[in-house]
Amino acid sequence: MAKKFRPDVDAPEYKGRYYPYDIIKEGTIALVVVSLLVVGLAILFGSPDDPAVTLKEWSTAQPVDFATTALSELNGTSGVAGYGPPYNSASDGQKIGPFPVAKWVGVHIPVDTAQDFVLMPLTTLPDVPALTTGLRVWSAASETQKTAWLDAYAKGTMSFANGKITDTATGAGPVPLFMTELTSMARTGALDADLIAGHGYYTTDYTKPLLFLSDGQWFPSIAANDHLSGDQWGMMNELGNYPGQAWLWLYTMWYQVPPYSTSWAANADAMVWATMMVLTVLLALLPFIPGVRSIPRWTRVYRLIWREHYRATAQEGGASPSREGPPSTPTA
Amino acid sequence: MSTTEIDRQWTTKFRRRLTTALPSEKLLPDTQPSYVASWIYVFGVATLSSMMVVIGTGCILAIMGPLWWHESSVGHFVNSLHLWSVEVFFFAMVVHLWGKFFMAAWRGKRQLVWMTGVVTFLASVATAFTGYVSQTNFDSQWISTQAKDGINATGGGAFFNVLNTGQMFMWHIVLMPIAAVVLTGLHILLVRYRGVVPPFEDTSAGKVRA
Repeated sequence: MAKKFRPDVDAPEYKGRYYPYDIIKEGTIALVVVSLLVVGLAILFGSPDDPAVTLKEWSTAQPVDFATTALSELNGTSGVAGYGPPYNSASDGQKIGPFPVAKWVGVHIPVDTAQDFVLMPLTTLPDVPALTTGLRVWSAASETQKTAWLDAYAKGTMSFANGKITDTATGAGPVPLFMTELTSMARTGALDADLIAGHGYYTTDYTKPLLFLSDGQWFPSIAANDHLSGDQWGMMNELGNYPGQAWLWLYTMWYQVPPYSTSWAANADAMVWATMMVLTVLLALLPFIPGVRSIPRWTRVYRLIWREHYRATAQEGGASPSREGPPSTPTA
Repeated sequence: MSTTEIDRQWTTKFRRRLTTALPSEKLLPDTQPSYVASWIYVFGVATLSSMMVVIGTGCILAIMGPLWWHESSVGHFVNSLHLWSVEVFFFAMVVHLWGKFFMAAWRGKRQLVWMTGVVTFLASVATAFTGYVSQTNFDSQWISTQAKDGINATGGGAFFNVLNTGQMFMWHIVLMPIAAVVLTGLHILLVRYRGVVPPFEDTSAGKVRA
């Protein structure tokens, strides 16, 4: 018994005419046209290239924001300090439904914000007796004492004057000195160098300085001015009016709509990725999904695409694709 | 060596299967069915052409090093060529994909053609993304610090650290281009093997015109 013809799965056998087709010539013409188009676009619009920002620029432009962020790295209240995997175990990280996938994978890029962003860089400074003493006192203090100093410092009001960070807090132990010295260090550019060169002389890993930078308010404020924030469809945008990664529109869209932007907001990244993975698998398996694979036939857009073919076959009285018969021999 | 022994060789068997599946007239056809006459077909070859420009300009940038384009006006122009060829590439590819969807181009045992096309699109998105985070400028700083959260949420950030510029650069100029080129080659070979999908039967008059 002949297998039933399924119009969305099977293709009719073509018995119509063939015409000469020079695939190499067409490819060459296409390459030339596309190259000219690209050259034209490059001449007309160029490409954006704003220089990378540094901790030095940040601490110079907004020293209080820098020092406030440094304090949050030291007392463990910053975004990175409480991030979870892959940087630390301070939280479980985001979950896909009930599944803490990031936690299962674990900590692979360990970052201790207090040590890596504040205390270790301070130990690299040239001999400053008060700082050396302060670091020794900090190291010998109990966790309870450290918390008390940090809480006391946080209760004060931070300000910047005469090239130094000061705070109205009292009873904060060596913390005021740490904030003053770290901010001064950052303003010379030494903190950039220290965090970048953490792996040795040669490095291509900017994980630590970028994490520190992303914890402050200054870096996101520059991005927001350029319409690059997450709630401004930032992932697909680029500086200025450049089209950027427009193909990420669907990925970026989920962040803008409920429940991803409301009740799922705490796990929005995980849920958006899960959604995109499901949609991607569905797209790849679309030929096997009844109903969805029939959409092209129902919408009849193909009539527009193949309108010349249908017009010609109607005039010729039906040389349209057939379900039967041997394939016709190509003719030049 | 006997003929039988030669026939049993893996090389002989592979060559015969290859030439049977893809004879030269199928691989490089000089005729096409008359229904292959629509502007939509231009976008497949435009995708391939722009991919060649992307690779060519990327090779120049790779030869000169990752910082050259910040320091040289010629380098900046080559970077602009690279950027715009990527934009043209994705535009052509997306139109090609939508065109193939509305043609139901998976019909007639062409499901694998569709699937390799979708995977190639994903590989291209990943290739472009690793390029955006390898620019060594403000854009790459911002995009990488934003993108880390999505990738970390899946657990992937442990092995694919978007803040590690060296790692992303290697993915961008070595691993992902290899994947994209191999997948594109496979996709094109499958298209040549199965041929261009024929139109739906004409049912506009309420009956099949066979």
